Amino acid sequence: MDGSEAEIRMNAVGETTGTEEAERGTSLWRDAWQRLGKNKMAVISTVILILIVLASFIGPFFLKLSYETQNLQLGAVPPDVRHWLGTDTLGRDLFVRILYGGRVSMSVGFCATAVALTIGVFYGAISGFLGGKIDMLMMRVVDIIFALPFTVFVILLMVFFGRKFVLLFAAIGAVQWLTMARIVRGQVLSLRHQEFIEAAEALGLSKPRIIFRHMIPNALGPIIVYATLTVPAVMLLEAFLSFLGLGVQPPMSSWGVLIKEGAEVMEEFPWLLIFPGLVLAITLFSLNFLGDGLRDALDPRAAKD
Amino acid sequence: MFRFIARRLLQMVPVLFVIATLTFFMIRLAPGGPFDTERNTTPEIQQSLDRYYGFNLPIYRQYFRWLGNALHGDLGPSYRYANRTVNELIAESFPISAELAFWSLLIALALGLTAGIIASLRPNSATDYIASSFAMVGISVPNFVLGPLLVLIFALKLNWLHVSGWEHPIDRILPSLTLGALYAAYIARLTRGGMLEILSQDFIRTARAKGASNLRVILKHALRGGLLPVVNYLGPTAAALVTGSFAVETIFQIPGLGRYFVNAAFNRDYTMVLGAVLFYAWLIVIFNLIVDVVLVWMDPKQKFE
Amino acid sequence: MATLLRVEHLRTSFHTRAGTVRAVDDVSFSLNPGETLGIVGESGSGKSVACLSLLRLIPSPPGRIETGRADFGGIDLLHCEDRQLRAIRGDRIAMIFQDPMTSLNPYMRVGDQVIEPLVIHAKISREQAWHRGIEALREVGMPDAEKRMRSYPHEFSGGMRQRVMIAAALITKPALLVADEPTTALDVTVQAQILELIRKMQRELGTAVIFITHDIGIVSGFCDRVLVMYAGRIVESGSTAQIFYKPKHPYNQALQKSIPALHEKGEKLYTIPGAPPDLSKPIPGCAFAPRCEFAQEKCTTSTIALKDVTPDHFSACLRIQLREIDLTPAHLPNRLFAGE
Repeated sequence: MDGSEAEIRMNAVGETTGTEEAERGTSLWRDAWQRLGKNKMAVISTVILILIVLASFIGPFFLKLSYETQNLQLGAVPPDVRHWLGTDTLGRDLFVRILYGGRVSMSVGFCATAVALTIGVFYGAISGFLGGKIDMLMMRVVDIIFALPFTVFVILLMVFFGRKFVLLFAAIGAVQWLTMARIVRGQVLSLRHQEFIEAAEALGLSKPRIIFRHMIPNALGPIIVYATLTVPAVMLLEAFLSFLGLGVQPPMSSWGVLIKEGAEVMEEFPWLLIFPGLVLAITLFSLNFLGDGLRDALDPRAAKD
Repeated sequence: MFRFIARRLLQMVPVLFVIATLTFFMIRLAPGGPFDTERNTTPEIQQSLDRYYGFNLPIYRQYFRWLGNALHGDLGPSYRYANRTVNELIAESFPISAELAFWSLLIALALGLTAGIIASLRPNSATDYIASSFAMVGISVPNFVLGPLLVLIFALKLNWLHVSGWEHPIDRILPSLTLGALYAAYIARLTRGGMLEILSQDFIRTARAKGASNLRVILKHALRGGLLPVVNYLGPTAAALVTGSFAVETIFQIPGLGRYFVNAAFNRDYTMVLGAVLFYAWLIVIFNLIVDVVLVWMDPKQKFE
Repeated sequence: MATLLRVEHLRTSFHTRAGTVRAVDDVSFSLNPGETLGIVGESGSGKSVACLSLLRLIPSPPGRIETGRADFGGIDLLHCEDRQLRAIRGDRIAMIFQDPMTSLNPYMRVGDQVIEPLVIHAKISREQAWHRGIEALREVGMPDAEKRMRSYPHEFSGGMRQRVMIAAALITKPALLVADEPTTALDVTVQAQILELIRKMQRELGTAVIFITHDIGIVSGFCDRVLVMYAGRIVESGSTAQIFYKPKHPYNQALQKSIPALHEKGEKLYTIPGAPPDLSKPIPGCAFAPRCEFAQEKCTTSTIALKDVTPDHFSACLRIQLREIDLTPAHLPNRLFAGE
């Protein structure tokens, strides 16, 4: 029975009478923001992510080497002063390649997520708001598509229809919007019958106003959380496809491509596998932690402990 | 209960139908054919080949021909491997994938449940932190990174295990670890969450008030409800394990269905692709059904509807 | 007759981010075999926490039993080994809780939950235990007991579930039953039934009962002695007759005045002005002073202690102790005094 005061702090709910906190009041967002700030892992993750994003998108401008510069005589060398992470079999600097790869991987991650988000939110909101038979039908469609082995389909799509970049987006986005739609629909449904919506209706507010000023802010929470968790899922899928040779095509490279190339020669040049793998893992790790932190912060019931 | 099962099986039919049709036409619409890379053939041989495989028929007739056969359980000949039927190939390779999935699931459950339960017993302690971080790593490191890494360490550097292959029992270890790691992580998180939720319930206090030991509380009271999220997750997990093993099979050169499928896609082996897709879809449906039945059995509040 | 339970200077606090909440602040009392003790107070008075502390069922971070002794048959419940405590829980001291809906395990059959104390403590076969369980359910008035043993909690109504809890609690014939607001979550009609049931079982088994409630009206027909708690402290303790007929603390009097049944139809209901204090801040002097109509400056500046103002009747009110004021009992209709 450990009674130390150290780790566990509980929100004191209870007999406070007229203290300053009660008077000031905090909105859900500010409260969530504070709670997020207290979550060390989430904060560290955010910092890491910002660093990686900055490095990938802005970093290359400061570097002399381009990802294309080959140095065939040099070949693959382990990390040294000139090449911080070593070079690959064609003498290309690995650090630079990872940065450029980061651009691609993260662009795919964020854009595909944005696509999935848009489709999912609209689909889910409409389905939830209209309710009734239309809702049932729309969700049936989602259920059926959900039942399909989607990795299988994505692979098929990419193999058969060529490895165009746009198609990659379409394939990945086509799969991720489903869960987003379900989440949004669930939120809209539960909000619809909440008393504050009925109160708004009773006050005579117009439907669009209700949707935009009352429902969506309340539904935003899970949407944000899920979006943050979708990005790593998308990045993983892209890397996976690239690993199979179906994703990004040379001369563009993404982390997935780098990993594939590294795996091929890993016995002799292990760093070619380890570094890209590490970077991908750290990015996914941070995104997942951030998503988790957001989920905990935005849940008004707070405390998972 | 039997009516429930029967109804679900019935619902499965349109789903499978949609999948089969979708895949069929998607494949056929794609550019390229199975014999594009064949050695030069004379027009006569080409024509007789076409007639054998039915390419001379209009596409919708090909479709019905295939469908008719499929309904009888005949998935047709493989286009790639002469003299082998799709049924044969699936029958040969699926058991291997199934075995891989089995060991992976075992590892995922063993590691995940243990980590999750341990973490939930002392929330927010050092133990919890460590266990949860391991889980997070499992989620963030993709299997196509983990696999080569494990091979690098255990096979190439330490020489304890083989680099690839499936002949010896010991070959099961690395692939199963690689494939199962992600799911171990998810299971650990779900278990921890479920257990924490249950352990904070009043009836746990009642059990303690009756003098129950910690062990009894966990085994007899907490697990039943605490594991529900895990059981819920088992269906998609098993399905994902069986249908998502391509990367692992490729990395470790395992002759499973996943590898055959990917190769079939690349080689435009239409029937094989269709057969595999259909088989996968059917598997997923069956898995979900089994899981749903188990779920109702475990939670007395649900009923077979 | 040896005392069954003697509690001395129990202090339990909760260490939270907003400060340390002193939920139980120096509580002492004793209980004799077969006796019924009522503990009355508002939410937050510490009555539940005190009794949960006895069985060490307080969630341990953030709660902590700071000091105290609870002597039960020679064993200090607050400091004994876990093994000893577990042997006592459910066997010699049983507890039932407020909300039968959440206090029963929804995933376990009712029968398994009723016989659980036997399974843990008694060395009998499962079959024998099952039979004892059926009997126990019959004793608490459950119709169709044998079949009901195989049902799940959600198939019962609130009153039935509470009966199940009582059956489970008393199946080992404990020496002490702690009942934490067992009727609060139930309909009024069912309340009376459950109270009757507890009384009947108590008479048959000779079990001592600690009955926790916020409803002072209930204790009048039910308890031998009463403790009135406020802000984690005992403010008055005595026999039921003394508490009701000769209140010796303004809070007790105020509680009685609040009983709706006492008022004439159409009369304005009495509520105690103000609100309970913030237990995370130190409270100088008498905790009730801010809300008390008799309060003077010395009430908040002097040290307050529980003293006997008449034999076996204790009060923490300074002014009562100094014999400066005397309180009149609220007029109680006779029907509330069933046992008097």
